[in-house]
Amino acid sequence: MIGRIHSIESFGTVDGPGIRYVIFTQGCLLRCQFCHNPDTWNTKAGKEMSTDELIEDIRSYLPYLESSNGGVTVSGGEPLLQIDFLIDLFTKCKNELGIHTAIDSSAGCFTNTPHFMEKLERLFKVTDLILLDLKQIDNEKHKKLTGLPNQHILEFARILSNHQVPVWIRHVLVPGLTDSTEDLERLAAFIRTLKNVQKIEVLPYHKLGVYKWENLGLEYPLEHTEPPSEEVVNRAIEILNAAR
Amino acid sequence: MVIAWDGFKKGRWTEEVNVRDFIQKNYTPYTGDDQFLVGPTEATTTLWQQILELSKKERENGGVLDMDTKIVSTITSHGPGYLNKDMEKVVGFQTDQPFKRSLQPFGGIRMAMDAAKSYGFEVEDEVQHIFTAYRKTHNQGVFDAYTAEMRSARHVGIITGLPDAYGRGRIIGDYRRVALYGVDFLMKEKQKDFQNTSNIMTDDIIQLREEMSEQYRALKELKEMAQSYGFDISQPATNTIEAFQWLYFAYLAAIKQQNGAAMSLGRVSTFLDIYIERDLKNGVMTEEEVQEIVDHFVMKLRLVKFARTPEYNDLYSGDPTWVTEAIAGMGNDGRALVTKSSFRFLHTLSNLGPSPEPNLTVLWSSRLPENFKKYCAKMSIETSSIQYENDEIMRPEYGDDYGIACCVSAMRIGKQMQFFGARANLAKALLYAINGNVDEQHKIQVGPVIAPITSEILDYDEVMARFEHTMDWLAGLYINTLNIIHYMHDKYSYESIEMALHDTQIIRTMATGIAGLSAVADSLSAIKYAKVKPIRDENGIAVDFEVEGDFPKYGNNDDRVDSIAVHLVKSFMTKLRKHKTYRNSIHTMSILTITSNVVYGKKTGNTPDGRRAGEPLAPGANPMHGRDTKGALASLSTVAKIPYDYALDGISNTFSIVPKALGKDLEAQVSNLVSMLDGYTTQTGHHLNVNVLNRETLLDAMEHPEEYPQLTIRVSGYAVNFIKLTREQQIDVINRTFHGSM
Repeated sequence: MIGRIHSIESFGTVDGPGIRYVIFTQGCLLRCQFCHNPDTWNTKAGKEMSTDELIEDIRSYLPYLESSNGGVTVSGGEPLLQIDFLIDLFTKCKNELGIHTAIDSSAGCFTNTPHFMEKLERLFKVTDLILLDLKQIDNEKHKKLTGLPNQHILEFARILSNHQVPVWIRHVLVPGLTDSTEDLERLAAFIRTLKNVQKIEVLPYHKLGVYKWENLGLEYPLEHTEPPSEEVVNRAIEILNAAR
Repeated sequence: MVIAWDGFKKGRWTEEVNVRDFIQKNYTPYTGDDQFLVGPTEATTTLWQQILELSKKERENGGVLDMDTKIVSTITSHGPGYLNKDMEKVVGFQTDQPFKRSLQPFGGIRMAMDAAKSYGFEVEDEVQHIFTAYRKTHNQGVFDAYTAEMRSARHVGIITGLPDAYGRGRIIGDYRRVALYGVDFLMKEKQKDFQNTSNIMTDDIIQLREEMSEQYRALKELKEMAQSYGFDISQPATNTIEAFQWLYFAYLAAIKQQNGAAMSLGRVSTFLDIYIERDLKNGVMTEEEVQEIVDHFVMKLRLVKFARTPEYNDLYSGDPTWVTEAIAGMGNDGRALVTKSSFRFLHTLSNLGPSPEPNLTVLWSSRLPENFKKYCAKMSIETSSIQYENDEIMRPEYGDDYGIACCVSAMRIGKQMQFFGARANLAKALLYAINGNVDEQHKIQVGPVIAPITSEILDYDEVMARFEHTMDWLAGLYINTLNIIHYMHDKYSYESIEMALHDTQIIRTMATGIAGLSAVADSLSAIKYAKVKPIRDENGIAVDFEVEGDFPKYGNNDDRVDSIAVHLVKSFMTKLRKHKTYRNSIHTMSILTITSNVVYGKKTGNTPDGRRAGEPLAPGANPMHGRDTKGALASLSTVAKIPYDYALDGISNTFSIVPKALGKDLEAQVSNLVSMLDGYTTQTGHHLNVNVLNRETLLDAMEHPEEYPQLTIRVSGYAVNFIKLTREQQIDVINRTFHGSM
């Protein structure tokens, strides 16, 4: 099975437990204003790699992944856009390598068609953790922020809960866009309805990806937005964790 | 039994010199955490303040505070010197004052004079006269014997950094013997050996007997030197403080006699811990007092200083002395050699602040106690002052009582020494292969005349065939050059005190090295997988290369190119083995450049991998700067493929990562670093320098050195005080790959 890959980071330490082999897939349907990897949007770019090729590469890192109780994380881009590839890769991760698997997703491409649902159920069987990005609880604001509404994303979260798939909720904190107390409290209330949340992470907005917008000839919409203060971050952590 | 040994478990060590047996029978393994450690005493803080002030003065004075220009340094040359006699728990300096560098002309009088001159001092006429008219030096001996080809290879820099103009170093005396046995016993043993040599006076026996007599005299001088400080070290040390002092005197004698490039200490912390445990058990010492002695001992090791020339400093920047101390490792019986003192020695980085010296080297195994592993990782994250070497691949070669000389050279303590051989520049050799052994910068024929490659596009098989040929020639020239150097070093600048603290029958290695491994691997990869078109000057010499298309690059765990690097290492090592060595020493090879990658790069023209002429080569076995793009583990996995069997003198890898990329918080960072070291050693990687810092810190330190007096960074096999590096080398360090996150 072939996947469309943006790049690989052999030493990921922030996307799941332990040391992670992180595969960044190419292609995403969301157009988040704060995106720090806009070069992963285009679904036609990137390079093709087979799951066998990836498994061999991952195998060479087993000493590190095993000693840290780490594993493989597929991030993006949006990994679920290539769900067949994911199923094949994770099945091999389980059968051939016996390691922990995680998906970092914002579920922008989720649909509840029977076809997709059937694939998801197969994927859940070989997935240990989903890092789920909930970007904005307010539908209108979500549309403005990402270009798409959020109902289907929240539905995906509920499905994960119903299937008891372990989840870490991630929320990127962008001053003025995703940090209002009201939004955070509504998000917390939503998270409280989920039964599978192991951890809630607040990711402070940063500007390290701005150069990529420039390289792509895109205008960066948040030019005047600065990273949140530590105080604001701590407050958000407090509000969201009150959900548990 | 000897009274000094009361409370120690007897064994073979009581009958013969056998420090390993003493350690194995008596040490107390420790698996606990770092909670027992204590801070510095008032005396420690006061002394360290005094040292910081003197260091500042030294810096302001251009790098050297004072130099002896009159008294030639020997074991007994100088009377006692103190920092503060009332406060120092361990005493002794190389001259009569701290920060005063000694005069050591036996390696070469010209070097001693140049070193003095470059810092505004003048060696006295009489000394100059003696060492020119009456007393021949090592350097003179070497140049008396060099062939024209050797001189030319040295001049163009295809073999370079050779210890023909400075002390070879890399010999570790077993300084512990003096503490455990006292000098008289060691003298008696040497006398016995002397009486038992063969009576057939062949060259080697004559040489051995002459050397043994010198060793015997050196031991006598060692006693005299200690006496001048008011200590009688003829008998074994009776307690902790004496054990530290006796051991330090032995080391001090070595650095008074030799300014070898690397004057390493060995493996002392667990040995000394046995005395500490005995005194703690008997209630005659407290933890505060123990740590104070450790701190004061380490302070002395931080103050080892030599007078060196600007050319030497270009090669080995930052005033290094390589007082390497090997810590931890596993014993053959499966117990870890970790004691509380393994922690105490690393803890000096907290009590005195970070420092490049002593060169703290942890012999890593995934089987070391978890608490100790975590503590090491934490100290690395805080200080970037520790290097790690794979005990699991070294122990099978060297047993469980080996030390590290310099950076990555393992050797059995007191049983093995090496003839240090610097390195051959393989990147330049590749250009020779293309250019018919004509030097691309000097435009002169250096190697044997062969036809240059004339094709429009370089063909991999043709280049490889020529390259093997050039390496054949280079290997022979290299070994023969080293043979001359070490013959003369033994003759004119023999390390009698260090060798007195060895067994009489020892293993010797001929430690060669290579530079430019990643540049060559990438160049050959470009030739194989892309299109490389040489651009030739009017003499037909390829002076530049046009590369069309992409090619796999060393440092990304890509076998297509990594296998080329592995082949090069095996091939060159095999070629070296064909040539007879001085004293039948065993051929070994290192992939280590220290900071000389900058100088070697300067002397090397454009290479087919796209590296520009004059740009630094990568240090040691590292990938070229910025070419390892698949993250830290890909980079580590590439280097771990280099076979240690073919590079038994060590494979250096320097790793820099920004704190945030190592993990979200300190706990995650510690645990990830431990896993990284476990993983790298499981992959049979050999050595890893670990730096955890931000590039911005280094940039700021370049601008405001006064604010970073103790900023330490691991370079290639050793650590340096960042602000003591030349500006060129600071830029090279900053340009290296810092693993960050996407």
